[in-house]
Amino acid sequence: MNIGLFGLVIALPLAGFLLNGALGLFNLLGWRSESRKPVVGWLASLAILVPFVVLLFIFLGMSAEDKSIVTYYRWFSVEDLNINIAYQIDSLSVLMGLMVTGIGFLIHVYSIGYMKHDEGFWRFFVYLNLFIFAMLNLIFADNLVLLFLGWEGVGLCSYLLIGFWYKQAFVNDAAIKAFVMNRIGDFAFLIGMFLIFKTVGSLSFDAINSNVGLFDESTLFWAGLFLFIGATGKSAQIPLYTWLPDAMAGPTPVSALIHAATMVTAGVYMVARLSPLFSANAELMMIVAVIGGLTALFAATIGLFQNDIKKVLAYSTVSQLGYMFLAAGVGAFPIAIFHVFTHAFFKACLFLGSGSVIHAMHDEQDIRNMGGLKKYLPQTYITFFIATFALAGFPLTAGFFSKDEILFRTFASGNYILWGLAIFSALLTAIYMMRLTSLTFYGKERFDSHKTHPHESPALMTLPLWILAAGALLVGFLGLPGVVAPTNWITTWLEPSVINVEGHASHFTEWALMALGSGLAIAGLFAGWKLYTTNLETVARLKASFSGLYNLIYNKYFVDETYDNVIVKPYSWISNSLMNNLENMLLYPLYGWTAKAVSGGAELIRFIQTGHTPTYVTFFIIGVVGVISLILFI
Amino acid sequence: MNQHIDAIVALSAILFSMGVLGVLTRKNAITIFMSVELMLNSVNLALVAFSRLHNDITGQMLVIFVMAIAAAEVAVGLAIVISIFRNRQTADVTEINLLRW
Repeated sequence: MNIGLFGLVIALPLAGFLLNGALGLFNLLGWRSESRKPVVGWLASLAILVPFVVLLFIFLGMSAEDKSIVTYYRWFSVEDLNINIAYQIDSLSVLMGLMVTGIGFLIHVYSIGYMKHDEGFWRFFVYLNLFIFAMLNLIFADNLVLLFLGWEGVGLCSYLLIGFWYKQAFVNDAAIKAFVMNRIGDFAFLIGMFLIFKTVGSLSFDAINSNVGLFDESTLFWAGLFLFIGATGKSAQIPLYTWLPDAMAGPTPVSALIHAATMVTAGVYMVARLSPLFSANAELMMIVAVIGGLTALFAATIGLFQNDIKKVLAYSTVSQLGYMFLAAGVGAFPIAIFHVFTHAFFKACLFLGSGSVIHAMHDEQDIRNMGGLKKYLPQTYITFFIATFALAGFPLTAGFFSKDEILFRTFASGNYILWGLAIFSALLTAIYMMRLTSLTFYGKERFDSHKTHPHESPALMTLPLWILAAGALLVGFLGLPGVVAPTNWITTWLEPSVINVEGHASHFTEWALMALGSGLAIAGLFAGWKLYTTNLETVARLKASFSGLYNLIYNKYFVDETYDNVIVKPYSWISNSLMNNLENMLLYPLYGWTAKAVSGGAELIRFIQTGHTPTYVTFFIIGVVGVISLILFI
Repeated sequence: MNQHIDAIVALSAILFSMGVLGVLTRKNAITIFMSVELMLNSVNLALVAFSRLHNDITGQMLVIFVMAIAAAEVAVGLAIVISIFRNRQTADVTEINLLRW
């Protein structure tokens, strides 16, 4: 394995960030002007393309067992805690790195077209490069502290990019919400890190994963649980998921890159990275699986009735992340990463497709005002269609292989209730995705065709769509199911890096489950198409007859309102009353009195300073006489 | 000599007290300087007397130092007094109260 050029992978996105950032910040070389936009955009894209190529060469030249650690320098050391800027290159990190840089590059290119008319163009690409830099640090980190640096870095970029159009109030609220929610998770993450350090005495993954035996039962459980709470924040799981749907206030390429394909999978990645630690405790694994399964179902139901094209995709992302945690929780860590991988393709494709639609509709995001866009946006439509089928798990698409494997492994692990949740969510997924496609692309045109003239996006935007759609069709074949191929590529590749707890079930069961999964996917797709293309009256009637349930789900189970009433409002009430009563009534006057006392005292004793030399001399002599008397007579 | 030591120390103390009184009561800066000199020299007298009494040269050596320092002090002090006098046409220390609040 030749890793000589690895430094470029980390350095180039940073260089892109610094260069574009400095030139843009001081507006040097006319960096903010219209004519420089292609230069800025392509420079930023190149800073991601080169790392991708380097990683590709590393990938092609390595075998699954290869693993090396590149240490650049000692970051800090306190007593026996030594933290290095060191990167771990193994099968897991290289696969994730390829995914992030590859999809990141496509989204950079897409953004050149999408953000063309934005005045903050340079700022956008600066943030994107910084994000990729942080994400690569997160992925390649060889210790938890460096991973945490990347973890916080992507959180910061997420905040900056959600709030990119900062002139609108709700955008800022969404950004702050994402930041605060993540901070709650990060706090737990830190506690988990402390617990691990207390037992292992080191924070490098090698040391942690090879010393899991040192933990006593409860420390292991709590350390894992706190780390997992950190993951629920970053990866939008119950109970910290509410920030992700709101994060859709950011530009669409950001939603595709950060809030679908890469950053939100960081939690899954971290759990997989520490798979020996997590899989050492059965209760912990159960919690991971249950949270994953519940989130998958919960978010899928909400996705069913959302009307904002990006919100549907956001809930779908939450739901799919739930699947990943479910896979991790039943011990199928390679499959969790496999789903991360396939999901990145079709979800990025869907988000970019939705961006293309929004672009064409002049910033309209409500699918109730769309319809019939198929003939205006043929390329967007086809790629969106492919990605929808992949997400729904239509046989032989990418989503089919990964989701089916998750369902099978859940079943094989004996968690039949979780399996039931997951397969029901799969049906819902197919329905809400086809509903989205139908309402957007089929049926009558529900917009004013005199005012809005939808047009296909430029090639710069459609080309990434095609590549991602091709990925959504093909990458699934990397992980063929066990009945077809006893050893598939993805598991073989990842097994040296992560734990894989094989389940046991007969071939017949596996075939049957596969048939059931495919059948439900097809049924769901068909139902979604049938209901939302031609039978909108039926839908309306159903809504009316189940209005209570519909309202509950349409309002997202009132989770946001509950959080608001239980946490936000009491918190601001406490803050306000502390400010009014303690601060303004007591503390502030107290400080005032202290100042007054000092200045009043000074007012009194300043009369000693007469400026009259004989007085000083008198005092001086009295003092001398006093001191001498003390020495002589006492 | 030894039998006169009490008288000499008493003389020194009287001279010193006169110097102190002069510093405290006089208003003219020059007079105050002279009083200070008087104090210094009263100390010199005591030093010389004790040096003789104990047959120890250290006291006489100290006197030389005191003289040198007194000369330097007078040089600086008189320069200041002259400078103040040029500015304010007076050498009365009660009127020199620049440092007053």
